[in-house]
Amino acid sequence: MVATELDNDANLERILAEHAGMEGPLLPILHAVQDTVGHISPAHVARIAMALNLSRAEVHGVVSFYHYFRQHEPGRHVVHVCRAEACQAMHGEKTEQHARRELGVDYGGTSSDGLFTLEAAYCLGNCAAAPTVMVDEKLYGRVTPERLAAILADWRNR
Amino acid sequence: MTVRIYISRDASAQALGADETATALQIAAASKRTSITLTRVGSRGMVWLEPLVEVESANGQRIAYGTVTAEDVPGLVTAGLFDTAPHPLRLGRVEDLPWFAQQERLTFARVGVIDPVSVDDYVAHGGFAGLKRALGLSGAEIVDEVLESGLRGRGGAAFPTGIKWRTVLEQHSPQKYVVCNADEGDSGTFSDRMLMEGDPLCLIEGMSIAGLAVGATKGYIYLRCEYPHAGHALREAIAAARVRGYLGPDVCGSGKAFELEVRMGAGAYICGEETALLESLEGKRAEVRYRPPLPAIKGLFGEPTIINNVISFGSVPIILERGAAYYRDFGMGRSRGTLPIQLAGNLKRGGLVEKAFGVTLRELLYDFGGGSASGRPIRAVQVGGPLGAYLPESQFDTPLDYEAFTAIGALVGHGGIVAFDDTVDMARMARYAMEFCAVESCGKCTPCRIGSTRGVEVIDRILQGVEKQANLVRLESLCETMQHGSLCGLGGMTPFPVMSAVKHFPGDFSRDR
Repeated sequence: MVATELDNDANLERILAEHAGMEGPLLPILHAVQDTVGHISPAHVARIAMALNLSRAEVHGVVSFYHYFRQHEPGRHVVHVCRAEACQAMHGEKTEQHARRELGVDYGGTSSDGLFTLEAAYCLGNCAAAPTVMVDEKLYGRVTPERLAAILADWRNR
Repeated sequence: MTVRIYISRDASAQALGADETATALQIAAASKRTSITLTRVGSRGMVWLEPLVEVESANGQRIAYGTVTAEDVPGLVTAGLFDTAPHPLRLGRVEDLPWFAQQERLTFARVGVIDPVSVDDYVAHGGFAGLKRALGLSGAEIVDEVLESGLRGRGGAAFPTGIKWRTVLEQHSPQKYVVCNADEGDSGTFSDRMLMEGDPLCLIEGMSIAGLAVGATKGYIYLRCEYPHAGHALREAIAAARVRGYLGPDVCGSGKAFELEVRMGAGAYICGEETALLESLEGKRAEVRYRPPLPAIKGLFGEPTIINNVISFGSVPIILERGAAYYRDFGMGRSRGTLPIQLAGNLKRGGLVEKAFGVTLRELLYDFGGGSASGRPIRAVQVGGPLGAYLPESQFDTPLDYEAFTAIGALVGHGGIVAFDDTVDMARMARYAMEFCAVESCGKCTPCRIGSTRGVEVIDRILQGVEKQANLVRLESLCETMQHGSLCGLGGMTPFPVMSAVKHFPGDFSRDR
């Protein structure tokens, strides 16, 4: 559901209008932009900064501080693999290795077919059914390397 | 006749296939021409039995079946699932299962039982009774009730909730805020998530009572973005509460206003630290603030602010409903009431257990947890998240009590327990603790920002066998600097897992690799 570049300006203006008058609006605006356009570009940063009477550096500083905000277009789906302790206790590092190998990228990278962006997560709150992987908003528990292969195959065919 | 069926909508249940099971049940019911009403509830906490299906019998009892995958459904239905017929997967009433019967469910009493976003269900199970009582009390009386209950902050710091509230009550300001810290970032913890997904109205009620107590009219729930399911449940519940007048400009016709809004975090562990969270809510980089001033005096947008964890707020309705003494009678020592404990990692029966303080780690790991999932001996457990100490078997008899844990250099924290079997490499876990701190440091203070990176390097040298002894001394000195020199708990407590691993599992650091 990534909008085209042509739509960006209209989308951004609509988002800014929707958040006018809100207390502490920057994070909600950034979420809305990323949800709509897929990422937050330098042009977005400049326009948001102007609207909120902030410097571009301030807005960029916020975008770059938070792991979740991305400055480049992601693949069609985002795969979060949990790296935290509860998943490690169930050998999640094997699932991690499989993800990196099958997608051919490290964390932050996008597979060459443009389908998947791989991201590390530090706890997805599914710690009694570890290891955990999340594809977009769909959560998976007890994800062995074999199960991850099946999950990725399923998403490829969607 | 319509058969009533309950399946969890909890994220963990969904992660194990609850949606697919629900769909399969609807298809099977249609083909059998049986009319069913399927309610998506929270999780009973028995994650190892998810997807769990509960079917209401002719005499009104909920009979549980688990684990029910979509593939199991056709066979189960043929065997008479809709008539609660016998089957190898039939468990009986959840309340009769020893795992469940031995708990003291106060905060989680309704989770897994009611439709999480139905105000009628909530009220039918005692919901909003605490708020109604609070509406008849003065702010000071509400604060006294919370103070008397002995409730301490369930986010991990265990600061008396009533004292925080009293400080905010005493401030004179036209605008005060109530903020819920729902940035549950600790690995091995998911009780906040389960309450927000399974009984979000309980959190809403607790925050409303806080607002009434101190005269705050606006509340924010700061929710981590890793919890989209909780976000959906909260927004639905807030909308439902508003329609019924439990939120809004005139709460229950009292003339008092309380509004609530969900704000999403953006993947920064540091936002679990309350001042960093406030910075983030204000739209800034989540850098920890210097204290004083306390958030209770100068919090969100510089105004007096109550900031508490989800479970702290979630414990307030029952305290107001049943009275401080009822809650205080549970627990031990200065740890009063109950704690929703999360059994995670390498355990056979992982999930959520709500128990009065005083239960031992061993009881939790073996009686409830059933030992390791792998069948191997449990070698280490980490309690209280990534900043909690690693404990060896010799400390498993420690009771869950804030003071008892402090005495052994550990912390109860948010009540998450992660078990590891004997394949764990504790030197690697120590390295991970430093690596995590480096990834998540807000960067404001040097001991945390630089110390964590140096920590990874020092442990790497130990792992490579380079000057092991000298580097172990260096690691200890570095940990001391981080512990005493950091601005907040992230840098200040990362030494706990690191040094406890060195202390209790020295062989993992000294052996040749």
